[in-house]
Amino acid sequence: MKISFPYMGTSHIVAGYLLENLGHEVIHPPVPSKKTLSLGVQHAPEFACLPFKIVLGTYLEVVEMGAEVLITSGGCGPCRAGYYGEMHKRILHDLGYPVEMIVIEPPLVEPFDFFKKLHRLVKPKGYINLVRVLRVAWAKMQALDDLEKTLHKLRPLVFAKKQLNRIYDEGLEAIRRADSVKEVAVARKDALEAMHSLPADHHYKPLRIGLIGEIYVVLEPFANFDIERILGEMGAYVHRSIFLTNWIRDNVLAHGEKDIRAAAVPFLNEMVGGHGQNSVGEVVRYAAKNFDGVIQLAPFTCIPEIVAKSIMPAASKARGIPVMTLYLDEQTGQGGIETRLEAFLDLLRQKRRKQEAS
Amino acid sequence: MRVGIPRTLSFFTLYPLWKPFFEGLGVDVVVSPESNKALLDEGVRETVNDACVPIKLFHGHVAALKNKVDILFMPRLVSLDGKHTLCPKFLGLPDMVRCSISGLPEIIDFRLDLKKGKLELYRFLYRVGQRFTASRAKIIRAIWLARHNFSRYRKLLLQGLTPQEAFNCLDTGYEPQPEKNMSSIRLAVLGYPYSLYDNYISVGLLEKLKSYGVNVVTPEMVPERELKRMSKNLPKNLFWYYSNRVVWSCMYFLQKQNVDGVIHVTAFGCGPDAMTNKLVELETKYNPRKIPFLTVTIDEHTGEVGVATRVEAFVDLIRRKKGMV
Ligand code: SF4
Ligand code: SF4
Repeated sequence: MKISFPYMGTSHIVAGYLLENLGHEVIHPPVPSKKTLSLGVQHAPEFACLPFKIVLGTYLEVVEMGAEVLITSGGCGPCRAGYYGEMHKRILHDLGYPVEMIVIEPPLVEPFDFFKKLHRLVKPKGYINLVRVLRVAWAKMQALDDLEKTLHKLRPLVFAKKQLNRIYDEGLEAIRRADSVKEVAVARKDALEAMHSLPADHHYKPLRIGLIGEIYVVLEPFANFDIERILGEMGAYVHRSIFLTNWIRDNVLAHGEKDIRAAAVPFLNEMVGGHGQNSVGEVVRYAAKNFDGVIQLAPFTCIPEIVAKSIMPAASKARGIPVMTLYLDEQTGQGGIETRLEAFLDLLRQKRRKQEAS
Repeated sequence: MRVGIPRTLSFFTLYPLWKPFFEGLGVDVVVSPESNKALLDEGVRETVNDACVPIKLFHGHVAALKNKVDILFMPRLVSLDGKHTLCPKFLGLPDMVRCSISGLPEIIDFRLDLKKGKLELYRFLYRVGQRFTASRAKIIRAIWLARHNFSRYRKLLLQGLTPQEAFNCLDTGYEPQPEKNMSSIRLAVLGYPYSLYDNYISVGLLEKLKSYGVNVVTPEMVPERELKRMSKNLPKNLFWYYSNRVVWSCMYFLQKQNVDGVIHVTAFGCGPDAMTNKLVELETKYNPRKIPFLTVTIDEHTGEVGVATRVEAFVDLIRRKKGMV
């Protein structure tokens, strides 16, 4: 059985590694492109959110490449993401692709179902193998996150930004190839050292911007026009609120993220699904950490983010931190985004100058 | 003391519960006027532009009430069936309203989450009651009145009355006989109660269909027990109360009532409906009888004429299919 999965940020490196080493034939999903999106848009309901459309596009690409089984995560609401799997399956069947969809529900919600599906995936090579593979996968995930964090930190400081990107890409590739915890560690160290060795202006104090919003559009550069790179190259430091490792720790292994939600309570006193409440909580937190501004990424028609956005002005005003919401849909153009980012950075610079003057 | 209840969203589901309850406590109930253009415009001004029409309209209703009442009643409805939540926008509604409208009176926004158990409704009512009176007996009597009225209301809906007719009937005791017209066309009109029964939002769709001589059935006319049965047909149900009821009642109408067509009324930009609409569409498409299906999307610019033309064409199509013309 040929197996494939959705593409999101750097997670495909880990997912691909996991499945291959559990003994499956993997069809690696291609990087999402204009073609992916237009396939998705063509076959998805009009008001489905952007992530739904891109993932559907990816599925259509991989089934064309021969995938027979698709594996994805489930969820239990209140947001739509948890229903993606079921809906995608129906749409694919309706289009005449008889794929099988394995939707992994969170272990805490459906333990039995979880282990049944897990067993099926692990069977070819057994559980001892699983332990080894999981350790390597986790190491990879951490290494990937470390690389990315360093990239964000150095981007505004380093002079040769292109070169930095190249070293980063090579680092990703090295981590992808690594096949043991040790090899991952070496790849990570090499990449980090190479990044740090680039000449940089360490006295420069970049604007500090928090990036929040719905997980898919935050993590997948194709969905957000590589906003981290744009901002970095405009000389701002981007702190992203979501990384794979902390997300998995908080959402899959435990019902975590309590404190970030607590921070949101004065403004939004209810979990609204997706990252709605987190988004509000993170604004409060970024304000406490003296960030210059926050950018919220929201897929068009994203329910939780609409709720968050309505509350944002109040939170932003109360805590004195500017927030800009960028809506993303298939019509959004790169040019428009860049102009709005420029303007936002200008505003933040002025604000900072005023603060320094007073 | 006057308590204000906006005439939209859960109004069509729960008003007959709240009204006798507050009256039993000796509190006056003020309901916002029927939806109209001015209310919607007001709501549009107060909300983020990507919110759906019903949410915008809700803000309009709140704005219309805020200077007329001492207390606004808009509980945070989390779960009404103990299993599924409402649309996330319902969950965040009190917070959205607070952040967007200024000069609001006191708000009662206790959480109503029946996932906590069947008795939660009574605990909820009791908590609300305590805000108005210290007399335990009075609260309990009010709860009893509310319950009684509410179950009568549900019965009337099952008999085929619209919520408005049922309200009148509860107030006056006059029970209109749902006109059974002899037409042999039966249409399921699916959608959320706040879209279907609000004549302004639905641009008078139900009336129009009746004037064409069509028998209309809606989700509110399906007994709870049947809905539950239908819920077993899906490998995984949706997460949202109203959306599930739309899907389940669609299956019920297709399987048990032989409807000739299905119309789904959905609000522009409604998140849950992206899923609901597709499920319903596939359900009709894969029905052995290949049921005609029409989606009516409604936004603040929807014109009566546009909808009427499409619906008329749809009814004609069904007539032709049945060999009636
Ligand atoms: S969080 Fe937003 S984008 Fe993600 S599934 Fe939910 S509605 Fe869609
Ligand atoms: S279910 Fe749809 S129409 Fe209703 S509040 Fe939610 S998004 Fe709006």
